[in-house]
Amino acid sequence: MEFWGFPRPDGKIGTRNHLAVLSTVVCANEACLAIANEVKPSALLIHPHGCCQTPPDTRRVTETLINLGRNPNTGAVVVVSLGCESVNAGEVAEAIAASGKPVELVEIQALGGSRNAVAKGIEAGRKMLSGLEQQKRVRTGIENLLVGLKCGSSDAFSGLITNPTVGRAIDRLIDLKAGAVFGEITEKLGAEHIVGKRACCQQVRDRLLQATSYIEHEAVKMGMDMREGQPTPGNIKGGLTTIEEKSLGAIAKSGSREIAGFLEYGQQAPGPGLYVLDSPGREPEILTGLAAAGTQAIIFTTGMGAPQGHPLVPVIKVTANPRTHEYLQNHVDLFFTFEQGQDGFAAGAAALLDLLLEACSGKLTKAEEHDYAKFIGIYTKGPVL
Amino acid sequence: MATALATIPAGSCPYIDGPAEVKDLKVVEDIPMGHKFALRPIDGEVIKYGEVIGVADRPIAPGEHVHVHNVKSRRGRGDLHKEGA
Repeated sequence: MEFWGFPRPDGKIGTRNHLAVLSTVVCANEACLAIANEVKPSALLIHPHGCCQTPPDTRRVTETLINLGRNPNTGAVVVVSLGCESVNAGEVAEAIAASGKPVELVEIQALGGSRNAVAKGIEAGRKMLSGLEQQKRVRTGIENLLVGLKCGSSDAFSGLITNPTVGRAIDRLIDLKAGAVFGEITEKLGAEHIVGKRACCQQVRDRLLQATSYIEHEAVKMGMDMREGQPTPGNIKGGLTTIEEKSLGAIAKSGSREIAGFLEYGQQAPGPGLYVLDSPGREPEILTGLAAAGTQAIIFTTGMGAPQGHPLVPVIKVTANPRTHEYLQNHVDLFFTFEQGQDGFAAGAAALLDLLLEACSGKLTKAEEHDYAKFIGIYTKGPVL
Repeated sequence: MATALATIPAGSCPYIDGPAEVKDLKVVEDIPMGHKFALRPIDGEVIKYGEVIGVADRPIAPGEHVHVHNVKSRRGRGDLHKEGA
């Protein structure tokens, strides 16, 4: 199994060749926006973080930004900083540059203000873009692919058909020495005894159970039933009654293979195999966490229809809900039908792997076609100070 | 418990891919697409995927809709764990 991707100096393979315009702090977002408006195509990475946060959150934001820059789909990066923020912009730029890709740091305060910074960012961005346009895809093996997993706007079809079908495809990828990352720690509540058994060692199992109990504790301390927060009103409308039911359906997309490690949010996956990422279920945060982990494509199962992609990573939407398939064609890349008496899981998994290889080789996903892929989110745990 | 793959109107007898004794079951209320209905009387733990997904807070009869109005979660229940309660 092979795909066509962009080789990077660090040996990784991109499925896209993005110029990223990366903000290190909320205060630099507008300069990023102005640069990205003039340098097209570019992936705009802006967020409300980078300063006045607890030290663990600052570290987590820093690592996430570095690893978004190091994602194989990022070909070159303009890093935009204000100059006085908690995140060390020089560290971010240097750590990305260490992977061998072109990086330019633009600092608003050092350059005499945003106008100069934007002008410098545009100039650097255009130069990098012309370099990226010269690069060609090469044929590469599936072992160079790390796939992210997510389900959103889930319904009863997600757990019964879509996620188990994806799980079959993921088992095949893992057997072929590729990698996969799943997260959504909230959606381990009621299913942690099943996922925990698949951990490669006690340490990974313990960290997974600890992360699950942390998120449950955070919800419980609010003194209310978390239903309506999880499962959401849309999940409930789609037939999911409790978080346990949602979780048991959600974990099916990770297949059945051993879990090789637990990733803290913002960390890169260290190699092939299956990993769990500490992340919530909400889309911007988990998609960004998966991008930071180094995934080059994301498989996103949906029930009621979730439109979003990610600026760096192609997000493939799959559903088995016939109504969603019919009414939300702008957002669905693949529909799994399930005929009685057939092994629908195997047929669906084969179709998904075909589409995955096409998407990794350059075929645009629906979210990319419709440019519904502009926002990122970083999962922080502490207060804004 | 079974899941409706299409909306089932009250009073109809859907095709059920399940044990023989439930083949003639009549649903007693409308079951929206993707929602669950009881195949046997449910009292206590509610099972799906072979696992407990919640607890019925009243007895549920065969053919009845099984959802948030009659099943409670056992997880994330801050309402049951208020400080000092």
